[in-house]
Amino acid sequence: MIEIQNLTYTYDDAENEVGKLVLNGVNLTIADGEFVAVLGRNGSGKSTLAKQINAILLPMGGYVYVDGMDTLDENKLWDIRRRAAMVFQNPDNQIVATIVEEDVAFAAENLGVPSAEIRRRVDDALETVGMTKYAKYAPHLLSGGQKQRIAIAGVIAMEPDIIVFDEPTAMLDPIGRREVLRTIRRLNRELGMTIVLITHNMDEAVMADRVVVMDRGRVIVDDKPRTVFSDVERMRELGLDVPQATHLAYLLRKAGMDIRADILDAEECVEELLKQCRL
Amino acid sequence: MLKDITLGQFYPAESPVHRMDPRVKIMAALAFIVAIFFVDNLWGFLFTAIFVICVTKLSSLRLSMVVRGIKPILFLVMFTALINMFMTGGEIVVLFGYPLEWGPLKVSREGVYNAVVMALRLVFLVTGTSLLTLTTSPILLTDGIERLLSPFRRIGLPAHELAMMMTIALRFIPTLLEETDKIMKAQMARGADFESGNLIKRAKALIPILVPLFISSFRRADELATAMECRCYRGGEGRTRLRELKICGRDYGAGIIMFCFITGIALLGIYC
Repeated sequence: MIEIQNLTYTYDDAENEVGKLVLNGVNLTIADGEFVAVLGRNGSGKSTLAKQINAILLPMGGYVYVDGMDTLDENKLWDIRRRAAMVFQNPDNQIVATIVEEDVAFAAENLGVPSAEIRRRVDDALETVGMTKYAKYAPHLLSGGQKQRIAIAGVIAMEPDIIVFDEPTAMLDPIGRREVLRTIRRLNRELGMTIVLITHNMDEAVMADRVVVMDRGRVIVDDKPRTVFSDVERMRELGLDVPQATHLAYLLRKAGMDIRADILDAEECVEELLKQCRL
Repeated sequence: MLKDITLGQFYPAESPVHRMDPRVKIMAALAFIVAIFFVDNLWGFLFTAIFVICVTKLSSLRLSMVVRGIKPILFLVMFTALINMFMTGGEIVVLFGYPLEWGPLKVSREGVYNAVVMALRLVFLVTGTSLLTLTTSPILLTDGIERLLSPFRRIGLPAHELAMMMTIALRFIPTLLEETDKIMKAQMARGADFESGNLIKRAKALIPILVPLFISSFRRADELATAMECRCYRGGEGRTRLRELKICGRDYGAGIIMFCFITGIALLGIYC
């Protein structure tokens, strides 16, 4: 469970205007086992919000509680980081070791887990992301999607309850993207992990149970994907796209066709169009 | 093309030497290097050569791989040998009735002897360390060094940090090479020329590659540090390992063999 209360934050560097709040009073509660997608254009504060969840950045005003622990409490720091793991955009810059299984073991080693238990966790984590075959490979020989799955396995080995993904597919090709998304969905559906997925890609956001849209450091939309995306004009105003299928339905409606506005993916779109043809 | 580089010169194989504990191997290599400096006659070198050949066979390596390691230091070996040959004073060598003496350059009997001994020492020094790096993966080598240095932590030697640095360096060599390749191609696509001109001109052409490479390395370092913190990294304190190193029968065997080798060298030194 993540509870964010009236959170504010600003960076102290020359690039930003002084006093400009990157996070400006964010309130958000994410329940256990939920899959939440966070959207927003560049500079909306979504990556900053992600880093607040595992205490990489600390609140300047307001509070962040992870499983009831305050991120400002220094004694709880490592406990929070163990429970709320984080995966970043560039897989190359997250992998520490020169052999896949060594890297997956890294977090567990840091936590002082006994060797036999590390072995078990590494094998389980590699199995979960479907990379068992590559245990002895050197990471630089793997594809982007495979490397990102190794990075995911590396945090699963901590046995976290929450994983925050900060644009995990932004640097991947379509195949790598699909592999990673399948893995993320699996973590949520089969292992019951809480997922916070920060993304630019609307088709990814559709997978979530809930979509949160951020703009200028605030949460301005927080609803089910179907409700959020069916309001195409609102999304446009916020500088965001909608999934391709939703956009098509929107255009067809505008052209006078009587088609549902809340279509999310290609399949639904095909079904709906077939229904129209039969009439 | 840059993707196929091998790290170090590790040659993976299944052999008793490969499976030895890296700590024992490092200590054995050190003992070997020290022993080489006590060898001062040809019998001793013959004995060392036989030992090296036996270890090579035992490691399922080809002798040529071990010998290849000498190539980069060939110049140094020749240079040392020549200096020793000409600069050592003593009885001048007479070859076919001609004394080998040209002004200040004199070839003495002792000089020739010193030249041969020094050259052989250098050659064996390199083959000894080659045997270590050919049979031990960089990871195990780092692990071994960390464990061996850990007793010195008490006097402030950052053993874990050194090993971590080595691991990260090894991890990022291929990544940075790939990046260099990408930057070079991007510059070449915009008309940069890295191949013509004199040395200074070519060195200057490298600046537009180095600058972006440096900037991106710093960014990578920053991101890696954050990712490591996210995975609860807080230094070597209280850390456990996936693979625990264990000394077993094979390592005691290796110890005994090394002891016999050193005893052999000592005996040859005294009696020959």
